[in-house]
Amino acid sequence: MKLHELARVSGVERTLIGRVTRTPLADARARADAWLLVDDSVLPCDPRDYLGILAIGEPPHVENVPLAHGLRQLAYLDDGDVVAVDPFGNVRALYRRASQHNFILVTEQCNSLCLMCSQPPKAHDDSDRLVEHFRHIDLIDPATAELGITGGEPTLFRDGFLALIARCKERLPSTALHVLTNGRLFYYRRFAEKLGAIAHPDLVLGIPLYSDVDTLHDHIVQARGAFEETVLGLHHLDRYGVRIELRVVLHALTIPRLGRLAEFIARNLPFAAHVAFMGLEMVGLVHQHLDELWIDPADYQRELVDATSIIRNAGMSASVYNHQLCVLAPRLRPLARKSISDWKNVYLPQCNGCSTLGACGGFFQSGTKIRSRAIQALA
Amino acid sequence: MSGYRLLPFRFLRFDDARTLAVNEAGEFLFVAHDDFARFVRRELSPNTDVYLDLKAKHFLFDSDSAVPFELLATKIRTKKSFLGGFTSLHLFVVSLRCEHSCSYCQVSRVSSDRTRYDMSEETARRALDLVFRSPAPLLKIELQGGEPLLNFERVRQIIVDARERAERERRAIEFVVTTNLALLDDAMLAFFREYGVCLSTSLDGPAALHDANRPRPGNDSHARTLDGVRRAREALGPDRVAALMTTTRASLQMPEEIVDEYVRHGFTSIFLRPLSPYGFALRSARANGYTTREFLDFYVRALDRIIAINAAGTRLVESYAQLLLTRMLTPFATGYVDLQSPAGAGIGAVVYNYDGDVYASDEARMLAEMHDRRFLLGNAHRDRYETIFGGATLRTIVESSVAESILGCADCAFLPWCGADPVYHYATTGDLVPHVPTSAFHEKNFFLIRHLLSLLERDTTARDVFWSWLREEAVPLQAEVA
Repeated sequence: MKLHELARVSGVERTLIGRVTRTPLADARARADAWLLVDDSVLPCDPRDYLGILAIGEPPHVENVPLAHGLRQLAYLDDGDVVAVDPFGNVRALYRRASQHNFILVTEQCNSLCLMCSQPPKAHDDSDRLVEHFRHIDLIDPATAELGITGGEPTLFRDGFLALIARCKERLPSTALHVLTNGRLFYYRRFAEKLGAIAHPDLVLGIPLYSDVDTLHDHIVQARGAFEETVLGLHHLDRYGVRIELRVVLHALTIPRLGRLAEFIARNLPFAAHVAFMGLEMVGLVHQHLDELWIDPADYQRELVDATSIIRNAGMSASVYNHQLCVLAPRLRPLARKSISDWKNVYLPQCNGCSTLGACGGFFQSGTKIRSRAIQALA
Repeated sequence: MSGYRLLPFRFLRFDDARTLAVNEAGEFLFVAHDDFARFVRRELSPNTDVYLDLKAKHFLFDSDSAVPFELLATKIRTKKSFLGGFTSLHLFVVSLRCEHSCSYCQVSRVSSDRTRYDMSEETARRALDLVFRSPAPLLKIELQGGEPLLNFERVRQIIVDARERAERERRAIEFVVTTNLALLDDAMLAFFREYGVCLSTSLDGPAALHDANRPRPGNDSHARTLDGVRRAREALGPDRVAALMTTTRASLQMPEEIVDEYVRHGFTSIFLRPLSPYGFALRSARANGYTTREFLDFYVRALDRIIAINAAGTRLVESYAQLLLTRMLTPFATGYVDLQSPAGAGIGAVVYNYDGDVYASDEARMLAEMHDRRFLLGNAHRDRYETIFGGATLRTIVESSVAESILGCADCAFLPWCGADPVYHYATTGDLVPHVPTSAFHEKNFFLIRHLLSLLERDTTARDVFWSWLREEAVPLQAEVA
């Protein structure tokens, strides 16, 4: 599934963000926030006070109304979805009401450079995005169950990050927020205190920890001092009542001490509600470090069984993400989650006839070439 | 900085091959003797697994990072956090009378003289005044005897008053009644149900053993206890009734039968307790007594049976092992009056005797019945809270029971998991501070901790069972069907 497409545009002088509607709207203020979605050049109503027209295929004949046309891959857009259209014709689906996997990509900057980063950071200042994020939040359906906050490193905007969380609390009070952050800035106690003070009712920070020793963690995230910042940051977050989930990516550098890392978590970070053990996503920087990182998941099942047992013995919950069920030891299958977002998961021809297909998260689109030798249809 | 430095730790040559190293927060690591020697000489290579293990568990540090110090401080603070709440457990001896005449019982009287041996309404009220002065976040009131049901009127008064007062002051409160259940009637059960009271009883094993240990008129203690357990479970819920056992000389030969008796009657925990060297128990020591070594042999056999039963899918927790394992395997705090540092006598638990005398522990009360009032803290009628809980007697108890400062304890590898018991040592040797090499308290706890470590190291079945005791879930993870 594609989340963006290049369209032909006219009358779009700045980035316009609005809700998609296929059906004409009665409320004038709602029209001003809405992209009217049109099939087959047929206009269902007078389009003049809409934000603009999105046309699948050929454009209808309109004047003095912003128009994006020629869309094919975004034809799935529907009422309540949120799109951004810029003057160059980039149409991005920011939010899909039917999806469980909506997120806000806060920034593409990062203060780490993990060897296996799936979305390599960009150096330029993109803090002007914040305005777009606030509008994005305002347009989302308040009935949304969960929203991801991701990056890059979303906390880099500091007060801007805090303002985003506060805005979510105000506009989307019943939406669970899941923030992906490296947690390093919470080394600064005041920052953690300010986040705690927002008292968001349903906030979890997913924070990666890759080793029980600083040198190895720092090497994996390519940042000296990151282990210290993250570990002390975790303690600060707990002190101010912010809920934590730990995320461990499994690869050739993390597997040898995986059990020791689990022990470290159980003894030093017992307040973490959940530990997610994540398969490697074969996209981004991972290809440059494949020799250092690749290990067939079939070859680390014993280590993963031990580590998840240690976590569960400690009274914490453990999950396994991004693994096909056929690769996992039978004892680990109940811990597997369908974690790959709906817009980037696929299955293989070998999967045909597999009895567990419905429960399996499948593959990342990007991860079908380099894969475990254990892939097979299960009886 | 170049090289590495050591953080505080204790160690023990565990077996022919390995040294056990334990850090200040009770985390441990087995290290080959050679590696350990290199480690303390600061010759260990940073590229070895053992170096990384020692570093991650905070036995050494090699940079100016604050992490090892911050984490150790947090973990030690957490481990000692049971001290923060001050006295939580308040025991009331509502009557010294009992219709049982157990040979090992410390102090009870078979008597019908109510005025002499029962706690009065006024004494109960005074004692409750003291209870509610305690700053503990959770107050636990345990009503015992003698047989407390012989003075049920007082049991009712204390629970009703305490509950009302707790609600008024918005305090959390729990109640336990320690009873042989022989006199339990439906009206009492209805009352316990209304007030959410838990019951704790004694079950020494199969009928012949139990009835021999615990004589009463009619010689039907075993039958009455189990009938009471059944009715109490029905009325209060299956998890509201617990039992503990006392080991006598006659028990030593039948550990398996005793354990099986607990399983047969649906208990999910058992507490294997040795005789205490107090009160009447001391007088009958020749008939009932045994050496610490004999008790430990009994304990090991019973524990083997318990592990096998758990591995087969039936949960049965041994409470003392569970306590020690929680300390060894988790970061959490566990206060236990008779095994903590400083000891819990007075600052973790306190006893209000039927006559209003306040003792630092139940053992201290028994000692007083032997005419040694060394640990009498005061009297609920005569003394103020500040005098009782801030006086010289309690200060001496606390000062004498900081294991970190006791010769023989201070450098013991097991210190973070162990404790001190000044009342026990005073009763057995006349000195609050133990002479560790000859202390039976030391012999018992040192052996048990070492035994549990051995099982954790070499017996995967036992290890899985032990971990299942530290989780809320019922069954060992190994038994899970995927």
